[in-house]
Amino acid sequence: MKTNDLILRTTTALIAFILLAFSIYLFLAGHNAPGGGFIGGLMTAAAIILMYMTYGLDTMNKVIPLNFKLLVPIGLLIATLTGVGSFVFDQPFLSQTYTYVHLPILGDAELATAMLFDLGVYLTVIGITLTIILSIADDN
Amino acid sequence: MSNLAIIPIIIPLLCGIIAIFFHKYVKAVRLFSQVMSIINLGVVLWIGWLVLQNGTITLATGGWEAPYGIIIVADPLAMLLVITSNIIGTACVFYAQSSLSKKQEQFYFYTFYFLLISGVSGAFLTGDLFNLFVFYEVLLMASYGLIVLGGERIQLRESLKYVLLNLFSSMLFVTTIAYLYSVVGTINMAQIADRVQQVDQTGILTTIGMLLFFVFATKGAIFPLYYWLPKSYIVPNPVVSALFGALLTKVGIYSIIRTFSLIFVHETNITHDLFLWLAGFTMVFGAIGALSTNNVKLIIAYNIIPAVGFMLMGIGLLSQDGLAGSVYYLLHDMIIKAVLFLLIGALVYVAGTSDLTKMKGIIHHYPFLGWLFFLAALVLAGIPPFSGFIGKILLIQGGVEQGQIMLVVVGLGSSLLILLSMMRIFMRCFWGEKEELNGGLKPIRSFTWPAAFLLIFSVLLGVGAEWVYPYVEIIANDLLDPSIYIDSVLKE
Repeated sequence: MKTNDLILRTTTALIAFILLAFSIYLFLAGHNAPGGGFIGGLMTAAAIILMYMTYGLDTMNKVIPLNFKLLVPIGLLIATLTGVGSFVFDQPFLSQTYTYVHLPILGDAELATAMLFDLGVYLTVIGITLTIILSIADDN
Repeated sequence: MSNLAIIPIIIPLLCGIIAIFFHKYVKAVRLFSQVMSIINLGVVLWIGWLVLQNGTITLATGGWEAPYGIIIVADPLAMLLVITSNIIGTACVFYAQSSLSKKQEQFYFYTFYFLLISGVSGAFLTGDLFNLFVFYEVLLMASYGLIVLGGERIQLRESLKYVLLNLFSSMLFVTTIAYLYSVVGTINMAQIADRVQQVDQTGILTTIGMLLFFVFATKGAIFPLYYWLPKSYIVPNPVVSALFGALLTKVGIYSIIRTFSLIFVHETNITHDLFLWLAGFTMVFGAIGALSTNNVKLIIAYNIIPAVGFMLMGIGLLSQDGLAGSVYYLLHDMIIKAVLFLLIGALVYVAGTSDLTKMKGIIHHYPFLGWLFFLAALVLAGIPPFSGFIGKILLIQGGVEQGQIMLVVVGLGSSLLILLSMMRIFMRCFWGEKEELNGGLKPIRSFTWPAAFLLIFSVLLGVGAEWVYPYVEIIANDLLDPSIYIDSVLKE
C-alpha cells in the first residue's frame, strides 16, 4: 500500500523553513542571550532530518550534496582556532572581544568573536547529529 | 601569566582535528602524526625546561582571573608528567605503523591518539577541579574510540564493561564536585585548598575527600577497584594497550597525588592511613594476579596494579621521601609499562599466540627482542641501578622512617613476585630449545626500536638519577607545602 503523506509533505515545506530561520536566530542570539551554537545546531539538524524523513534519502542527497562528516572537523577547527587566535594579540587563550558596526538596512549590530566560536560549535553539532542519524537510517 | 601553559593541550588537539581531514590516506596521516609528535615533544620539552628553571607558569583562560575562571597551572610535577606522556606517545606513534592494520589506521587511530594525549596533558595541567573532570572525559572519549578499534567480538564485550564502569565513576566524580562546591563554594583547586584549611577539614569535607578518592581509585585501579583493568587492557591492539597502561591509570594516580597533598591533608589519620592499607593490598593482589595466569599479555596488565600500590604508598606516607618516591616511581612506571606492552605485542606477533605454555626458544630467532625484554624485566622489578630501584628505595626509606615496617616488607615481597612473574615469561618464552617457528622469521625491527627508544629513557632515569632526582626533590617539597601551589595560583 502506498503511504499517504500529503499532510507531512505540505507541513514540512512550511515548518522546515520556520525551523531553519529560528535556528539561525538562536545561533546569532547565542553569545549573550538564550540560544547559542549548540542549540541552534541541534535545531538546524532537526529541520534537515525532518526534510530527510519527508522526501527520502535519495532526493535529499541530491538536494544537499554535502558530506556531513566533514562538518565535524571543520567546526572543531574553527572553534579551536578562535581560541588560538588570541595568541596573535598576546591575550590569554580563549579571550574574546566585540564591537558595534553599522550595517546597511539592518542598522546597528554587535559583532563578537564569541560568535566565531559558536559557529564552530554550530557546524560540529550539525555534522555529528546528521552523521549519527543518517548512519542509523542507512543501516537496514 | 603566559599562553605557554596551554600549548601542550592545544597542539595535539589541533593535530587530531587536522588528521580527520585526510584520515583515508594512510601514508600522509602517518607521516603527519609522526612529525607532529616529534615537534610537540620538542615544544613540551622546551616549556618543561622553562618551568623547571623559572618556576610555575599559570594561565587564566579568557582573561578570567583566578579563582573565577579556569586556570591552567604548569607546575614542575605537571610538566614532568606531560613530558613523559609525550615521550611515550611519540614511541607509540612509530610503533603503530607496523602494529595496526591499514584499516585500523584509517579509522581515525591518529585522531584518537592525539585527543588522548591532549586529554592526558589537560588533566595534568588544569588547576580547576571541574575542568579536571572535563579532561577526564576528553581522554575517556578518545580511549573509548581506541579500545573498540578493530571491532572484534571480545573487544566489544570488554569495552562495554570499560565504558559502563567509567561512566559510573565519571558520574560520581561530577556529583562529588557538586558536593564540594556546595560546601566550599569554589572549584578552583587552590582556593578549595585554602578554604578547606581555614575550616580545618570538617567531617563532611573528609567524606567528600573519600568520595573523590573512590573516583580516582576506580580510574587508577587500586584495590579493591582494579577488577575491570586487566582484561579490558589486553583486548585492544598492543599499541593501544601501551598507551592505556602507561597513561590512563597514571592520570588517576596523579589526581590522588594532587588532591591528597594539596586539599585533604588535615585528617591524615583517617585518609592517608587508609591509603597505606590499600597500598599493601594492591601490591599483594596485583602480584598474585600476575602469577595466576599463563597469558603473557595478562601478566603485564596485572603488573600495572602492584605499581599503583607503590605510588599510593608514597602518598599515604606524605613525607619528603615518600612523595619523592611516588613521583619517581610514577615517571619510571609510565615508561616501563609502555615498553613492556610494546615488547609483548612484538612477542605475541612473532609467536602467534599469547599462551605462555605454547612458546619456547624465541630468543634463538629474535635475540634483540629477548634481551630487550630481559632488560625491561630487570627495570620493572627494581634491580639496581635501574629506575625502579631508585623509586623503591625512596619509598622504603620513607616507610622505615615512619615505622611502617610491615608495609615495607610487603612491598619488597611483592617486588620479588613481580620479578618472578617477569622471569616466568622470559624463561618459558625465550629460553628453551630452538624450535621451528610457524610462519618463519618475521621482520620486527619496527616493533623493537620504539621500545628500545623508550627503554633508553627508562635506563637513563635510573643511571642518571643524580641528574633527575633534584627536580623530583623540588616537586616533593612543593607537594608537601600546599601554600606554594596556592600562592602561585592566587598570588594577587
